[in-house]
Amino acid sequence: MLRDITLGQYYQADSVIHRLDPRVKLGTTILFIISLFIFHGVWGYFVAALFLALVIKLSKVPFKFMVKGMKSIIFLLSITILFNLFLTPGDPLVQIWKFRITKEGVRLALLLAIRLAFLIIGSSVMTLTTTPNQLTDGLEKMLKPLNRIKVPVHEIAMMMSIALRFIPILMEETDKIMKAQLARCADFESGNLIKKAKSLVPLLVPLFISAFRRANDLAMAMEARCYRGGEHRTKMKPLHYHKRDYIAYAIVACYLVVGVAAGRLIPALLSHIAF
Amino acid sequence: MSLIKVRDLIYEYIRRDEEGNVEGITTAVDDVNLDIKQGDFVAILGHNGSGKSTLAKHLNAILYPTEGTVWVDGKDTKDETYVWDIRQTAGMVFQNPDNQIIGQVVEEDVGFGPENMGVPTQEIWERVEESLKAVGMYSFRKFSPNKLSGGQKQRVSIAGVIAMHPKCIVLDEPTAMLDPMGRKEVIRAVRALNDVEQITVILITHYMEEVIYADRVYVMDKGKVTLQGTPREVFSEVERLKELRLDVPQVTLLAHELAKEGFPMPKGVLTKQEFREALDRYRTERADKYANYFG
Repeated sequence: MLRDITLGQYYQADSVIHRLDPRVKLGTTILFIISLFIFHGVWGYFVAALFLALVIKLSKVPFKFMVKGMKSIIFLLSITILFNLFLTPGDPLVQIWKFRITKEGVRLALLLAIRLAFLIIGSSVMTLTTTPNQLTDGLEKMLKPLNRIKVPVHEIAMMMSIALRFIPILMEETDKIMKAQLARCADFESGNLIKKAKSLVPLLVPLFISAFRRANDLAMAMEARCYRGGEHRTKMKPLHYHKRDYIAYAIVACYLVVGVAAGRLIPALLSHIAF
Repeated sequence: MSLIKVRDLIYEYIRRDEEGNVEGITTAVDDVNLDIKQGDFVAILGHNGSGKSTLAKHLNAILYPTEGTVWVDGKDTKDETYVWDIRQTAGMVFQNPDNQIIGQVVEEDVGFGPENMGVPTQEIWERVEESLKAVGMYSFRKFSPNKLSGGQKQRVSIAGVIAMHPKCIVLDEPTAMLDPMGRKEVIRAVRALNDVEQITVILITHYMEEVIYADRVYVMDKGKVTLQGTPREVFSEVERLKELRLDVPQVTLLAHELAKEGFPMPKGVLTKQEFREALDRYRTERADKYANYFG
């Protein structure tokens, strides 16, 4: 059962977004997040929403998968909304006993809610359409220039991908140890928080020992297969930009320009027409 | 010239207590000599702690001799400039399949070795396809290793070594953690490679059934090679093997016990087929003798 856990919630589908170079997707996600903070007003967010809708449509991933990602932040989201709603000073709109909702409060709360929601949906589009492997590959290639200032980029990427490979194995192992300890009357359920934490010791110690042993074995196996760091290494699946990747970059650039322009120009235009 | 030549190999572990003081020295491999030719299928037998794994790690330059010398394809393993050549010439498969698969997809794992060697991308793909087909795992190339059985994982590990185009594969108890089915799968794959590709195989094991296909068997005990020869020669020494706490294949044991009771059985019967033939021979001989009286 534990073997079937897919990491990073990748959704298999055949779409343009899936085929894009992971670097494009990483870059776009970062730009999209930045754009959420530099766009102004309703129109800017309208453009962002359009862009996001287009990407989701193209990715062929059902919308409900994106909403799943939202569930985890619902608590955070409601707290920020409540605080902004009640604690922003300004024109009072409604007053209930000591609590006062202001016009500015409503505006800020809405803005933040939209920002957070877009941020989560935007980044889950990336994780849903990119395998963890592609992500680490993309990161390695993107951060390559940092090699010059002696950041071990290849090693970091290798560590990430090994960690990803071993998570299901270690989970299974945890399960096994837990059952073995339960069979010897270990109690993981009852008691207060401190007692519960203490009861984890007989689980964690064997798990750590086994993890170290595995690491040792793996290191030996890697060396036996001639692994000697990133130098002189070729790639089985090298990353190359294709035409579609350049088009994607162009679209993202257009989106940024249009978004910034819409945020500033449309309100100005509207006020022109009104007067 | 032999592919692997081991001369007077001694390897000592230094045991230390918690403060790092030397508690004692364990000689894991004691004065071993080996000569292995290209294309041989060699088995090294021994119970736990007999030094067979330690010996195997010397053939891949993971451990270096305390005394003596190991040459792989004419290169001394102690010479650091040859380390990567040696590791490529003598590939190694370990016991636990989970702890030697690096890739998250089968094909990526098989490609790991060639990637490290700096093989061009196009050729990596060719090698991966070739080696996965050689172990019969090509249809699983897009699978996650976590979804494979133990035997399948071990075959992927073997493919990962073959993709480096070694002259020799050292398998360090590759079947110890597998079920009987998986064990058969792996041994079949290894034999096929030895037959078809003429790859030298050094199989380290304590399962006797896996040894009968070998060209030559070395039996180790307390770091020394105590018995060596063809499987037939080694298995005819049933009493000696028992002393070394090693089992012999059941058929061999039965033939040995029958021979001890005075039944005319040849020495060193290895397979059921041979056993049956010996029985048949005995029957016809007996029938002929009776025929002499009444014929």
